[in-house]
Amino acid sequence: MSLDPLWLTLRYAGLSTLFCIPPGMLLAYVLARREFPGRDILDATASLPLALPPAVLVYYLLSALRRWPLAFSWRRALALSTIYTLPLLMRMSRAALAAVDHSFEDAARGLGASEWRVFWRITTPLAWRGLLAAILAGLARAMADFGITAILVIRYRDAAPDTAETIALLLLIGAAVLAALYAGNRLQRGRAPA
Amino acid sequence: MIQARVAAFGLDVEFQAGSGITALFGPAGAGKTLTLDAIAGLLAPRSGRIILDDEILFDGASRVNLPPRRRHCGYISRHWALFPHMSLRDNLLFPVTHLARLERRRRVKEMLERFSLQDAAPRRPRAVSPVERLRCVYARALIGEPKLLLIDEPSSGLDIALRAEWHTILRRVREETGLPVLMATRDLETCYELAGNMLLLDAGRVLQSGPPRKVLDQPASVEAARLLGIRNLFLAEIVALDPGRNTSRLRLEAFELAGPYFPGRLLGDRVWLCVQPGELRVGPYDGSKPQSNQVAARLERAVEMPRSVRLEFAGAIVADIARPDFEPRKDNKEWLVEFPPQALRVL
Repeated sequence: MSLDPLWLTLRYAGLSTLFCIPPGMLLAYVLARREFPGRDILDATASLPLALPPAVLVYYLLSALRRWPLAFSWRRALALSTIYTLPLLMRMSRAALAAVDHSFEDAARGLGASEWRVFWRITTPLAWRGLLAAILAGLARAMADFGITAILVIRYRDAAPDTAETIALLLLIGAAVLAALYAGNRLQRGRAPA
Repeated sequence: MIQARVAAFGLDVEFQAGSGITALFGPAGAGKTLTLDAIAGLLAPRSGRIILDDEILFDGASRVNLPPRRRHCGYISRHWALFPHMSLRDNLLFPVTHLARLERRRRVKEMLERFSLQDAAPRRPRAVSPVERLRCVYARALIGEPKLLLIDEPSSGLDIALRAEWHTILRRVREETGLPVLMATRDLETCYELAGNMLLLDAGRVLQSGPPRKVLDQPASVEAARLLGIRNLFLAEIVALDPGRNTSRLRLEAFELAGPYFPGRLLGDRVWLCVQPGELRVGPYDGSKPQSNQVAARLERAVEMPRSVRLEFAGAIVADIARPDFEPRKDNKEWLVEFPPQALRVL
């Protein structure tokens, strides 16, 4: 049995999760800690991909890019997977950041720290379990989405797919997703009282 | 020196504070923490002005609003907020990272020595005793050499040992640094013991200010007296006033009292009469006619206090007496309460 599809999945899911982290964290921080007009609209828009069925999302995006009919490209798949993973990662990170007690951040500001320093030295270290759990959940999501689709596409392009091998690969992906989710949950449960 | 004139969320306070400890005293919800937060820059008032030394921290009219990090206030919030993921030493280093390395280390070392924290320095806040945590909070607030120290006393009482330590630290800060301190508290004893000046705050307004002893002895109004927990407030009418013999007569609901002359009051004025519970004299009532300024009263309740017994009589009269004086008469119901003329104050 060739494990190539599995490595491919891991690589692409990992990459798309990585791409998600900077915008996801930024959005999460802004939504958790800043008051500004249009905040709720930004929140809803950023969460939209979570609510739409994947097929609809793909259709929208490809139409918008004028790449219809569907032509498979890895770069495009990666972009889609990133957009699809972002809201989950963002929402979970936001919850983690919001759970950090304001008084620590206020104390740091009073002690002369800039907002940048408050974020890196206070907020992030205090929220790291939740943030890591968010990243793991994002990874699980990307693996499930990307992996299962990719395996099925690759397999069924062949004339006579080996069903047993396909099922084995899907099970392996499922196991990897399960492991990521389990690790994330354990992390969050291990959170010590502040 | 700090001047603040703040109007925010229904808070409207105006005061100046010099060196030494100024207490913001008031009940929960009076706006004490709000005032401190506004000075520290954690919230922006709707209008007003806050000046520290000669620097404008906030001015509503000209839209000046310095961020907290540029206000040079040491703020000890009620949460203390020692960073739980850092050792005590790193907590102390946090405010001084902009300094040169040698100076940084010198200051941290000095603070650790001054607050006897050398042994606890490598440990995290959770792993040290509450007393060490408290010391570290103060060391961290002082290490950046603030121009003003803001303190929000934890409202859910400190235990006795911690409170003693807290008072010791504050006394040392007052003596060693001469730093102006603004301290929010709900504890009258703390005001009395530590503060040179107090501001009586209620529902977002300053009711009265002055040295604690003076405020307690001469509450400016009934509201102030109630806030200070003063009992024995009676509505009275002045029925006689004689400045020559320094006397007056006051008519209360059920009886009349002789008092000293009250300057600035007129005949017929309706005033609030106030007597400290410790200044009333009480004794058992034997049925004979009460003398001048004595009133027969029925005892409703006797409450044990840490250092005395508080007697609550019918007619909302409250008197404190020493325990040895009370023990032999504790079953007595009818008492004679004497109002010494010099103990009477009108508000």
